Amino acid sequence: MNRAKFVGVAAAAGLMALTLAPAAMTAAQMEPLVIESWRNDDLTIWEDVIIPAFNASYPDIPVVFSPSAPAEYNAALNARLEAGTAGDLITCRPFDLSLDLFNQGHLASLNDLEGMANFGDVAKSAWVTDDGSDVFCVPMASVIHGFFYNQDIFTELGLEEPTTEAEFYAVLDAIQADGDYAPLVMGTLDQWEAATMGFQNIGPNYWHGEEGRLGLIDGTAKYNEGGFLEAFEALSRWQPYLINGYQGIGYPDAQSAFTLGLGAVYPTGSWEISGFEAVAEFPIGAFMPPLPEGSDQCYISDHTDIAMGMNGHIADEARREAATTFLNWMTTPEFASLYSNALPGFFSLSNEPVALDNPLAQEMVSWRDECESTIRSSYQILSRGEPNNETDLWVNSALLLNGEVTAQEAADTVQAGLEAWYEPQQSGS
Amino acid sequence: MNSLAKSISRKKFPTHLLVFLGPAFIIYTLFMVIPLVDSLRLSLYAPAEIRGGAEQFVGLANYQRLLTDPNLSPRLFGAIGNNFLFFSIHMFVQNPIALLLATLLVTVAKRASSVYRTLLFTPTVLSFVLVGFIWQIILNPLWGIADDVLGIFGIQSQPWLGLPGTALPVLSLISVWQFVGIPMMLFLVALLGIPEELLEAARVDGASAWRVFWGIKFPLILPTVGIVSILTFVGNFNAFDLVYTVQGSLAGPNFATDLLGTFFYRTFFGFQLQPGNPTMGAAVAGVMFLIILLGVVLYLAVWQRRITQYEL
Repeated sequence: MNRAKFVGVAAAAGLMALTLAPAAMTAAQMEPLVIESWRNDDLTIWEDVIIPAFNASYPDIPVVFSPSAPAEYNAALNARLEAGTAGDLITCRPFDLSLDLFNQGHLASLNDLEGMANFGDVAKSAWVTDDGSDVFCVPMASVIHGFFYNQDIFTELGLEEPTTEAEFYAVLDAIQADGDYAPLVMGTLDQWEAATMGFQNIGPNYWHGEEGRLGLIDGTAKYNEGGFLEAFEALSRWQPYLINGYQGIGYPDAQSAFTLGLGAVYPTGSWEISGFEAVAEFPIGAFMPPLPEGSDQCYISDHTDIAMGMNGHIADEARREAATTFLNWMTTPEFASLYSNALPGFFSLSNEPVALDNPLAQEMVSWRDECESTIRSSYQILSRGEPNNETDLWVNSALLLNGEVTAQEAADTVQAGLEAWYEPQQSGS
Repeated sequence: MNSLAKSISRKKFPTHLLVFLGPAFIIYTLFMVIPLVDSLRLSLYAPAEIRGGAEQFVGLANYQRLLTDPNLSPRLFGAIGNNFLFFSIHMFVQNPIALLLATLLVTVAKRASSVYRTLLFTPTVLSFVLVGFIWQIILNPLWGIADDVLGIFGIQSQPWLGLPGTALPVLSLISVWQFVGIPMMLFLVALLGIPEELLEAARVDGASAWRVFWGIKFPLILPTVGIVSILTFVGNFNAFDLVYTVQGSLAGPNFATDLLGTFFYRTFFGFQLQPGNPTMGAAVAGVMFLIILLGVVLYLAVWQRRITQYEL
């Protein structure tokens, strides 16, 4: 009797709790944290994989992923930050764009974030102040440049992955001679591919990675001599192999042309892996930028590309804490593994090694063991002035591939642009 | 004389005028005049060093840099030059075609005329993004149909949008294709307004169609020609959307399609690794405003004063 009564009371209490719970929750529940990002391709991954995994550990912090179009992101984000309507968590571009946001108070300092210990100095280099005193974004991933190739075409023509420059051009010549496929699939209409997938892809082998890049920064290297000039010259040799009408071909066209099997080799960045594997009906292989004659050390562009910071203007204490909790979770191996595997080709920068399932991603990340890593030459410090070094590289690499200028002219223009405002480059000349 | 002045001053102030003018005046001031003046004001400042810091008044320094800085001035003059080419293609291709179409539409039967009128006007109501996208696909060297179509006429295949020589003329022609409907409508209305008696009289006198057009119709629609020209001028020097959707804000290849609008956008909002500079952007907008103002003033002072308006 007593026991039955107890059960009855317990059931009634349970029922009441059940009916009351949603009301209580909505009262206590905060407005979701909003993530600003330019990666609109990743929307489903954040919604279906990453945020649910976070909520499994922290069920009471709702998060929404709210991306903008990549080309608009910088401008739109800036406008929203100025107006005070930006999200709580902000995906950070590398180097100066984020540094500027930090200096203007739009990004909060993350020096006290415990999980930051999981990242080495190189990983953090793109998101610290010049003197290294403040770090303001949690490094998420880097992307590696190289070349994709259509394995079916290589098999059909009896070709093998080239490792040296001579072999690279031999392969391109063989495809050209066969005539059925475009040897190199890349367009110059959007201009950036010429610089990013071309110049910065093959370049580190010529300017010896960090040595050359830091040389530009301290003024001992120049764009129009040595390794950098050689890189422009190497790029100009691509011209006869590029797909027909490349001057009028934009990035999405080139992507489609390669995945439809119109061409054999595609200068790429690792971020393309998942997109390409989803649509291509042939196996894709990858080889690293070919070694120039007489060198045996390879260098790859392993570019720190994406990180996450916190809006510096969050007024509400609880909200700031929730955002900090999220960022701290992003430093864990759990996030590193989730992110790297959900987005093969975005390689975690965490000190903890991450096991990757995707063979193509495995192949590309394995280059880190063989080669010296560097980042794109124009990203740190050199794009602070006007004319903008990165924009100069886009325009001149595209002009070079279009055959409008010679390698020397392109290199001279880029160098002159840098010398126009960058003091360490002025004293030497 | 004195009594006349008195009678005017004694006349009650027409308050209903205020009621009629009020809404337009308020909306126009609020959304056009104030932002315009504020933008011009902004162009006289240097950007704030830190967030929340005050912008510094620098007078005309931004304009001086814009005109003399070796990085900025080639872009500015390049954009102005491109803008003039863009404008002249509209002026000398779009408007004559529009006039021709309007003249033909007047002569065909009424039902056919309205069908053609609608068809020709359709592209005008399409979004820039759509028009840009459609033409990008048509002209695409990989899967576009332009090469096959032009091949019929023996024209060599070209990556039209990717070559510095062809990109801007082709973009201008896309814009002409889209907007030819507007001047056509204006011309059509003007042509329909010409009294039939005048034309009949001319025909009775034995004038050819050619003679009737140049001797009667054209002089009578000259005011419309002026309006169309000034609308084209203002529209073209404000143009931005089509270039932005087709070529991006870098307006490639090698700035060959850079208009004042895209130059403004890059300067104001920044581009890739280049941070935006709102005050310099405002200076570019100021130059656009001055050019357009100059054009409009010339139109009002020279063209509209000299033109003979016929009372029909």
